[in-house]
Amino acid sequence: MAGSLGAGALVAPAIGEDSREEAGPRMMRFAMNRIFWFIPTILVMAAFTFLIMHATPGSPFDVSDKQRPEDIRRLEALYGLDKPLPEQFVLYLWNAAHLDFGISYHARPQTVNEIIGRTFPISLHLGAMATLFAVVVGMTLGVLAAVNQNGWLDYTSVTMAVLFYSMPSFVMGFLLILLFVVWLPDIGVNLGFRVGGWDRPIDWILPTIALGAAPLATLARYTRSSMIEVIRSDFVRTARAKGLTEEGVVSKHVLKNALIPVVTLIGPIFAAVATGSFFVEQVFNIPGMGKFFVTSMQVKDQPMILAVVLLYGVFLAIMNLLVDLTYGVIDPRIRY
Amino acid sequence: MAQSHRQSQPLDSANLALRNTDTAVPAPPWQAEDQIEDAVAPGQRDTPTVGLGGELTTRKQRSLWTDAWRRLRRNKLAVVGLFLVAAFSLIAIFAPAIAPYGQAEVVDFRLARDAPSWTWPMGLDANGRDMFSRMAYGARVSLVVGVLAQAIVLLIGVPIGALAGYFGGATDNVLMRLVDVIYAIPQLLIVLLFVNWWGPGLFNIFLAIGLVGWVTEARLVRGQFLSLREQEYVSAAQVAGASGTYIIRKHMLPNSLTPIIVALTFGIPTAIFIEAALSYVGVGIRPPQASWGQMVAEGSNPGYIETDPHMLLFPVLAIGLTMLGFSFLGDGLRDALDPKGSRD
Repeated sequence: MAGSLGAGALVAPAIGEDSREEAGPRMMRFAMNRIFWFIPTILVMAAFTFLIMHATPGSPFDVSDKQRPEDIRRLEALYGLDKPLPEQFVLYLWNAAHLDFGISYHARPQTVNEIIGRTFPISLHLGAMATLFAVVVGMTLGVLAAVNQNGWLDYTSVTMAVLFYSMPSFVMGFLLILLFVVWLPDIGVNLGFRVGGWDRPIDWILPTIALGAAPLATLARYTRSSMIEVIRSDFVRTARAKGLTEEGVVSKHVLKNALIPVVTLIGPIFAAVATGSFFVEQVFNIPGMGKFFVTSMQVKDQPMILAVVLLYGVFLAIMNLLVDLTYGVIDPRIRY
Repeated sequence: MAQSHRQSQPLDSANLALRNTDTAVPAPPWQAEDQIEDAVAPGQRDTPTVGLGGELTTRKQRSLWTDAWRRLRRNKLAVVGLFLVAAFSLIAIFAPAIAPYGQAEVVDFRLARDAPSWTWPMGLDANGRDMFSRMAYGARVSLVVGVLAQAIVLLIGVPIGALAGYFGGATDNVLMRLVDVIYAIPQLLIVLLFVNWWGPGLFNIFLAIGLVGWVTEARLVRGQFLSLREQEYVSAAQVAGASGTYIIRKHMLPNSLTPIIVALTFGIPTAIFIEAALSYVGVGIRPPQASWGQMVAEGSNPGYIETDPHMLLFPVLAIGLTMLGFSFLGDGLRDALDPKGSRD
């Protein structure tokens, strides 16, 4: 029962225990349960962030010594910061429920919605490219490595996976910059790489690799061992025994069964890419939400911080729910 | 990634790994010798075995730990990991003895950003301080953050997971709901919020990482306890009248030890990474105290990258190698402590 918010909610597959007709309603109930828990989670998250923000010493409007205290108080009153905390919180929730996150204290008069509307698509773009890169290359490498077990391709991809999977994205990013901008400037310049920027598609390549490398390695590793496990199973031996070609065995029997458990990794990968992008954006000077968030934090831009935390929380929760549901659709043995 | 996604695969398989290793069932005598060794439970002393001829042989018993050490030594990557972790720890512990200069000591301001040479093997930084000395002190900060953050994780996560897993029911439900809510927020975001609240500094950083990271540990221990609770020897202890705390202490905790150790080995580099990341964005360790993340931030100044790459290269390499070392060691430990799980 517990863990129904995380991937742990999936009960181990029980083969042939239940009739398939019940799967639909049960999945609905599972989804409803998860969505039901969604609301208190978001509420607690908002309350938690709100309290921490208000416990943080210093007024967000106290930015220079020249300001008079009464001016700071006037600004605070203007933004409703003089009201009692519970009232502020309820008001905040009420507005947030209407998708109104207020005005940024730091980047006045821009609203939080405007800023997120400008920066989030960039982060999403980077995250999507990194995830796509990791999934496509990682799974392909894993499959090829397993099919050519102990061949050179296998060793290359295993070595790569081992080197990359624990490498933080910002370390990877700086190594790439050092490689192409400092040590191999000829190649780097020819390809058009530079230290920072986002306006040309060529600028997207290095950040995508930096952000995608670790998830790619994890996926390659996991796909490979999952494939090898299936290749050794009885039904694959049967398929070979009845005379199927090796390609037939792999494409018809091995791939489908081996890739199912790999899907569970995609949830954690979203989370990894989302947090990783904070630093990759910093490293490559990309004007995304992560970079903006760090600035907001330093200047105590409360409406910005609250909105970003909520956005990340909701986004990750939805992604995890989708992954869990997808898992149920592609593997009918899963019970919710 | 490994970085902060908390549902990391390694932990999950570690969780599954132990299920069949520690049940204290003596192996039947007809098994091959190496299989007997693997099945011997920790804490058992000499095992009298009836040989094929019927004679009673007493073989010197190898504990789980000697066995695990033997397997770990055979794993090349794990040995590399162990070496990296040992080197890192030694440098961190003996930093004042190794470093020729103090961490904030300006060697020569006029030679700022001087390239590596025999006098200073890693060059000088933008303030004319010795990079090598600062790297050594930075290792110290990393080690302290990694170890102390994990100590907090253990102190909070293990008892809560144990209570939830052993008692189940309402206790489990309440505790795990709490865990789920914390789990749903990206770890790094909360740590950032905490550090922003308490201000930068070593103490605040490992406290924040520990107070956020225990959730993963609690889940792990709970899962382990849930499966151990169903074991016959636990029922036997209950029937014999042992109290709950006694069973937890004497039976369930020792049998959950290996996944906890493996989780610890992966938790330390995660904490080190978070500290480096916080210091990199400027909310971590306060200068002039040295920290790898802070040195990365300085070295990555666009004005320095192309002319003085040494200021960026060494701290970046140090973080990367430390991560690599701990993850090799963690993988090796998981395989070594779990003789049944053969991973490819």
